Amino acid sequence: MNFRRVSSNISYILYVIPSFLLFSTFVFYPMIRTGYLSMHTTNFQGAPTAYVGFEHFRYLIEDRNFRESMKATFLFVLYTVPSTVLISLFLALLANEKLKGIQLFRTFFSSTLGMSVAASSVIWMFMYNPSIGIVNKLVVALGGQERQWLLDPDTALIAVAVATVWMNIGFAFLILLGGLQNIDVTLYESAKIAGVSKIYQLWRITLPLLSPTLFFIVTVSLIHAFQTFGQIDILTKGGPVNTTTVLVYSIYREAFVNYNFGFASAQAVVLFFIVLVITILQFALVERKVHYQ
Amino acid sequence: MKIELVNVSKIYNHNVKAVSDVNVTIESGEFFVLLGPSGCGKSTLLRMIAGLEEITEGILKINDVVVNDLEPSQRNLSMVFQNYALYPHLTVEENILFGLYKKKKMNKLEKIKKCKDVAEMMGLGQFLKRKPRELSGGQRQRVALARAVVAEDPICLMDEPLSNLDAKLRTSMRKEIKQLQKRLGITMIYVTHDQVEAMTMGDRIMVLKNGLMQQVGKPLEIYNVPSNTFVASFIGAPPMNLIPARIEGQQIIFDGSYRLKLPNKFLQKGRNNRNVIVGIRPENLEIVTDDSNNSAFLVKYREVLGTETIVSVELGTQEVYIRCNGQIDIPTGKRIGIKVNLGSICVFDQETGSLINQPTGVVNERAEIIPNSLYDSIESK
Repeated sequence: MNFRRVSSNISYILYVIPSFLLFSTFVFYPMIRTGYLSMHTTNFQGAPTAYVGFEHFRYLIEDRNFRESMKATFLFVLYTVPSTVLISLFLALLANEKLKGIQLFRTFFSSTLGMSVAASSVIWMFMYNPSIGIVNKLVVALGGQERQWLLDPDTALIAVAVATVWMNIGFAFLILLGGLQNIDVTLYESAKIAGVSKIYQLWRITLPLLSPTLFFIVTVSLIHAFQTFGQIDILTKGGPVNTTTVLVYSIYREAFVNYNFGFASAQAVVLFFIVLVITILQFALVERKVHYQ
Repeated sequence: MKIELVNVSKIYNHNVKAVSDVNVTIESGEFFVLLGPSGCGKSTLLRMIAGLEEITEGILKINDVVVNDLEPSQRNLSMVFQNYALYPHLTVEENILFGLYKKKKMNKLEKIKKCKDVAEMMGLGQFLKRKPRELSGGQRQRVALARAVVAEDPICLMDEPLSNLDAKLRTSMRKEIKQLQKRLGITMIYVTHDQVEAMTMGDRIMVLKNGLMQQVGKPLEIYNVPSNTFVASFIGAPPMNLIPARIEGQQIIFDGSYRLKLPNKFLQKGRNNRNVIVGIRPENLEIVTDDSNNSAFLVKYREVLGTETIVSVELGTQEVYIRCNGQIDIPTGKRIGIKVNLGSICVFDQETGSLINQPTGVVNERAEIIPNSLYDSIESK
């Protein structure tokens, strides 16, 4: 009897071991190491040299660059997340109609999902190019003034945000369309017979029933937006005058340009807690309005 | 309200005919059942009446007004779906209120009052604040019914509303729906594949197969005088025995080796001397256990159901079901004779399957099926 229990316990452990090893190597160990490093000064190789306690964190509060990068991060999240979700929702609602050739539009709308951040960034770099880019051409055609979109402190963050929204729409669109298609068509047919208007259907049937999917995509987009790096690195390198230095880019610069690994780790810990708190708040405040079936 | 279908067809992709040339007039206050196996087009037909599917050809009239191009909400009807189509995120009350959406003139208080009345009538009074998932299948069904009848539309369409319920609940809901329909005086069009539902609820039944109308009539008409072999086999459990045979000289010859003598007035003109399919309901056959020489049929199987016993015997190569009253104890392998209620025999054309000789309806006229070898000697007596 005892032997059987022991052997079944061993088999449970055996099942868990592979993923436990993977997670330990690539998630748990780096997390712990980051926390450890955030309390140390390091040499250029990243090896800890001296214990400094919470000194890095205290310095962060005073650091003007860090405050700027916090501001850039939150603005970036504010610019990208709501617009990504709203635009994708709009496209998904359009693409959910049963029309001829709708498959083609579904493919178009989700196609940015298939493009790497690097490739998309390069495309946008050309579009934002002051002399040959299509953005300036369009602006001029509409009677506006040419701008150096990525070099102007007033527009750089918005320009990167627009490119990011474009990149993220594909994924959000696909998830939202999936959510819409999961809604039972007879609910709409029943509404049609009851004479319910389209707007009221959207408000009273579609959005509530889509709420689990919306909640998922908002949460994922938020986390994703806080972790943005690639497009910043390619399009602006954090400039001009740090207006696009979001947290992850700031961490990267601290660690791999200034070789200040301890300070970078402290920022990473701060980022981790920001994302954690926001996600907890999301679940605590927003999830109550979600209708799971 | 009267509903009239004139040559109504549904054609998908220019060539697939889901419903072909349906012609029928459904009278005001009638309980009309569309019956057929899955894929026969009955749901499509219902959805065309509802306005959820376009009518490819033909005319649909409600109270003598052509409504082909009207929106579903303008057709004065309500509908109950197979899966109930309740809004999972809304309470029972809010779900029922949805049925009153188009009553723009009614104020909110009146609507709530109406909703409460209907809920009370359906026995849902204490569940008004609950969500559908907190209700049992039968209660959800009632909510769907309540939502359909709350607006008092003169027409109600139902698409297999009972198929998700267990057998016992189905029986009681059958009665409830029928009573509700009669009490409210609505015109009901009810889709089902369950012949028992059709027989028990319908004032009239339309049997469909492959989008084609097979027969329209009162339940007993359809049961007793099916217009073809499909209807005959679809209705009744066990179904009507359909036995290939030949009619020759006022006799039915089964399998070349058994004979049944017919009364003189049985066959209509021109029905003699041809190959046919003979249709006899199991309850119109009778077992004879007098161990005479006529006991030529082997009992293959029997099911004792309490109030009745179903016995299956071999008639040549054909298996034939006999329904006997009460609990009859016949061992399998025993040889028995078979007596036929002659007034109930239907004769179908062997090629087309359509009814060519109606049952006479004469009661208490019976004859035994006799093996060929004994026939002449009995005749000569």
